[in-house]
Amino acid sequence: MAKSLEPTPKHLYLSRRALLSGLAAAGSMVATGALVHLGFSRRRAVGARPRVAGATPWEDVTTYNNFYEFGTDKYSPAQRAGSLRTRPWTLSVEGAVRRPRVWDLDTLLASVTLEDRLYRFRCVEGWSMVIPWRGFELGAFLARHDPTSAAKFVELVTLHDPEQMPNQRTDVLDWPYVEGLRIDEARHRLAILAVGLYGDSLPKQNGAPIRLVVPWKYGFKSVKSVVRIRLLEERPRTTWEAAAPDEYGFYANVNPAVPHPRWSQAKERRIGELGKRDTVLFNGYGDEVASLYAGMDLRKDF
Amino acid sequence: MGVRFWQGVAIVDGLIPAAMLGYWALTDQMGANPVDFFTRASGELTMIFLLLSLAVTPLRRLTGYAPFAKFRRIVGLLAFFYACLHFLAWLCLDKFFALGEMAQDVVARPFITVGFAAFALMVPMAVTSTQGWIRRLGGKRWSRIHRRVYAVGILAVLHFALLVKADLRLPILYGAVLGVLLLARLTRMAARQ
Repeated sequence: MAKSLEPTPKHLYLSRRALLSGLAAAGSMVATGALVHLGFSRRRAVGARPRVAGATPWEDVTTYNNFYEFGTDKYSPAQRAGSLRTRPWTLSVEGAVRRPRVWDLDTLLASVTLEDRLYRFRCVEGWSMVIPWRGFELGAFLARHDPTSAAKFVELVTLHDPEQMPNQRTDVLDWPYVEGLRIDEARHRLAILAVGLYGDSLPKQNGAPIRLVVPWKYGFKSVKSVVRIRLLEERPRTTWEAAAPDEYGFYANVNPAVPHPRWSQAKERRIGELGKRDTVLFNGYGDEVASLYAGMDLRKDF
Repeated sequence: MGVRFWQGVAIVDGLIPAAMLGYWALTDQMGANPVDFFTRASGELTMIFLLLSLAVTPLRRLTGYAPFAKFRRIVGLLAFFYACLHFLAWLCLDKFFALGEMAQDVVARPFITVGFAAFALMVPMAVTSTQGWIRRLGGKRWSRIHRRVYAVGILAVLHFALLVKADLRLPILYGAVLGVLLLARLTRMAARQ
């Protein structure tokens, strides 16, 4: 009888079972590690930018973003905003103005003087950054269109194109994203339209090619990738206010004394720091902007 | 290989996420906001192990493979382990041991009320998870304590749903899995009556 037809000796049979079990165990560990990596790992941007003194590192500013058009977690915009086409780009200024205009962005950029502004940025979620923007004042830009006396509010609207902004296919927010300011807020010299960051053009995940920056208000007011500015007599219906009116007010001034209904606003974590800082009224710009709100109850008009 | 070997594998597998979190923390791979990252990751891992622990019994019934029961305690304790990490992140890195502030939050902020209640309910389950406690309490009283895991699951999903700003998809996904696991038990109860 051929030797190969004999049953496998018991000790060999057992060691084969041990081998298979060991392989299965190792496989389960590799699979677990891979799943955890897939589900949780977060990568920062590569390619360093020179530091700007006092500013949050470039790799944090450009990878930790709320830009729901590209996904609701903060790392999605940096990964998914590549589909946004920032040229050609038009920005229309319309509504209660005597000189409405549809701007080609490059024409617009050739007509303004850009300046660098290092601003604190406070998110309604309780974190903050210091960001070196490059841009121009919104107020002076609006003045060029000769607003009428009916212009009491300014509405700014983000591009609405699910082809370029894939998360607009979901209904997590009512697209397009709309934000607004009272005309005197929009005319304040601290309110800017930013087209750059860290001395370079604006990365897509940060709201390229042009966005609003209002440093004394929570970050969601600073609408990104703007295609339309409309001057209005009535207060515009803004996106987050419409989504949850008891949580996100029209004014949304940074205010440690007015908690979000679900969390306190008394403190903030500055990105890059482990501890928390006390949040300051108007994000520390009170000397410049507090007079805009004289006589208003900031608890009611939060 | 016996059940003990596979129990050991389950424990190692269950601790791999914690090891990876530790490695990422030490090598600065937690992104721009490491505290937020750790808090979210430990919270989601709690949810995942909680759902896995609830899946053990339905899986055992479905497959008829009795040894599954030997993994229920391990998976449950892993859920509690991640819940502890999640709680510690809140205590040490969000509230910096400000116990008064934490008590206020538990009272005033529904998502914290719910999350804290879920954690508090898990503690007696973890404590009485040993053979000795099963003997001391007797099967009936012991199972009464451990049936609270259903409440913990519901509270955990609610905790997650209450804290998101607009995107409810992930809480809904966890809620749906929980719903299936609870339904599996309800249909069985109904069939027995």
